[in-house]
Amino acid sequence: MALERWFRRKRPTRGDDDASPTGLWLKCPGCHAQIYRKDLIGNLYVCPECGFHERMPVEARVAMLADEGSFERWSGAVMPSDALGFVDTEPYTERLQAAQSKTDRPDAILTGAATLEGEPVALAVMDFGFLGGSMGSVVGEEIARAAERAADEDRAFVSVAASGGARMQEGALSLMQMAKTTVALEALARRRLPYVSVLTDPTTGGVTASFATLGDLVVAEPGALICFAGPRVIQQTIKQDLPEGFQRAEFLLRKGMLDDVIARPALKSRLAGYVRVLRAGLASCAGSAVVRDAALAAPSLDHDDGAPASDGEEALQRATAV
Amino acid sequence: MPLPFEKPIDDLEARIRDMRAYADEQDVDLSGEIAALEQRLASLTRETFAKLDRWQRVQVARAAGRPTALDYLARVVEDFSELHGDRALGDDPALVGGLARLGDHGLVVLAQQKGRDTKENIHRNFGMAHPSGYRKALRLFDLADKFGLPVLSLIDTPGAYPGITAEEQGQAWVIAASIQRMSRLRVPAVSVVIGEGGSGGALALAVANRVLILEHAIYSVISPESCAAIRWRDAAEAPRAAEALKLTADDLLEQGVVDSVIPEPVGGAHKDPDGAVEAVRVAVSEAFAALRDHSSESLMAQRHERFRRMGRVLEAA
Repeated sequence: MALERWFRRKRPTRGDDDASPTGLWLKCPGCHAQIYRKDLIGNLYVCPECGFHERMPVEARVAMLADEGSFERWSGAVMPSDALGFVDTEPYTERLQAAQSKTDRPDAILTGAATLEGEPVALAVMDFGFLGGSMGSVVGEEIARAAERAADEDRAFVSVAASGGARMQEGALSLMQMAKTTVALEALARRRLPYVSVLTDPTTGGVTASFATLGDLVVAEPGALICFAGPRVIQQTIKQDLPEGFQRAEFLLRKGMLDDVIARPALKSRLAGYVRVLRAGLASCAGSAVVRDAALAAPSLDHDDGAPASDGEEALQRATAV
Repeated sequence: MPLPFEKPIDDLEARIRDMRAYADEQDVDLSGEIAALEQRLASLTRETFAKLDRWQRVQVARAAGRPTALDYLARVVEDFSELHGDRALGDDPALVGGLARLGDHGLVVLAQQKGRDTKENIHRNFGMAHPSGYRKALRLFDLADKFGLPVLSLIDTPGAYPGITAEEQGQAWVIAASIQRMSRLRVPAVSVVIGEGGSGGALALAVANRVLILEHAIYSVISPESCAAIRWRDAAEAPRAAEALKLTADDLLEQGVVDSVIPEPVGGAHKDPDGAVEAVRVAVSEAFAALRDHSSESLMAQRHERFRRMGRVLEAA
């Protein structure tokens, strides 16, 4: 038994941190067919035999979505810090360094401007290969900045989530990223710019429970695990077997939690189509003062003088001074 | 049941009780001895609680006999009247909501309720809310906004419930929606972490203008046990995980996650529930008084800014 487990653990599995498959031939986790690596990559990391969606490297994701030559990187101006001095079996700082040299990225996210079939968007793509795509202060900050800059530049916002959840090595500060990303989305809502969230395998925990499910539209890739609590946690809690397909994209679609499940080859045109339709509504009403003034439910956070708040405390004081 | 580190305190209390009983029975004057022991008890309690490590704090935060949300509501606010149901799925006893008064002002209250005994704990699902609970919160946020009622939330949960129906009904979706809805409140919001602030399930009700925490309460992204199971592959390493997570009131104040710490009576809230309730009453009244004169716009802006700046990043050179 012990020996068997030893061998089993050594075999690469879908659960591994590394999203990019190595080796010339790969075994599809879906149909177990042997696939030539180049064929898989050429097919957007979708198994040519059974359509199983492998996890996709971030750069390939951007190349697949952005119009050729349109992507301009925004992320990278902030670096993670070890605010808690967190050490488990290894210091957090060393885990960060290892992930940074593996991915050549400061943290688990890439953001930037692009066009999708000509539609100007901001893209935020999470990197599951970087510490399981966990959301710490940097991921939260990059999402927030991307959403705010998208609003400034009159772009729709498209996020592609892949995450094990909040980054526990940053303690409660990582938990707070759920609220930080959420409030940053207001910048888009105020300007009625579409936010489309794409959930990929896996999207879990604090990412699912914050910005990733707050899209105007929320779609997922086939077979993606999407959950708040992971299947193992639930199994430990209830001590029962879980239903077939539980927490997979198709299951959640049936439960009414997703707008659609979209196969990867169709994703770009579907996202572009969403953005086009959502933006067309306002454009065609542009002349109508009634529609403009009706505003949406999202509150305006602008101050009386129109200047954005630099500091909340200051905002409070200013308001009392009036 | 005393906590492990409370054993010497508990023993000393038992000795004082015995001595009193003996003095009564035998009709002898032991008041000098008793006074000396009481003095020792006071200093022992003070010293023990002054140097609690983080894991011990976790145990205090979860201690049986610690006041629960409803114990606070009975005296922190007046005329609490519970409002049930989410208008869609049911009524979640783990997340209590209702109307109340604070002085001359009306209030909407949301509170995570753990049980005070096994039976109530089962009824309350140990304070772990289902999506229905968060949906109830959503409708009560709407009610608060419509009628301009400030919102008080009391946080005490191991986390949102991880179960099959909870996932099917979109636990993640409702937590996200609750975070967003609370951030959009046009009224003052004050949150008090009274025991366990367990991850997203706690944050869903804690997107407030002022977030207060009791001295021995905790607020964490993950429980020390789960963190230990993942990071050390052994839940028994929870004490080390608690240290690493920096989840005590003082830690959170330092991180800017909470705005202030409400001191507890010596020996913890479970030793003197009345004292703890009074401390929370005063702190909550002060917090609302400080927010009372602000416009909706400034309240929203302040809340937005408070959470927008959370986290620590280094600006690349």
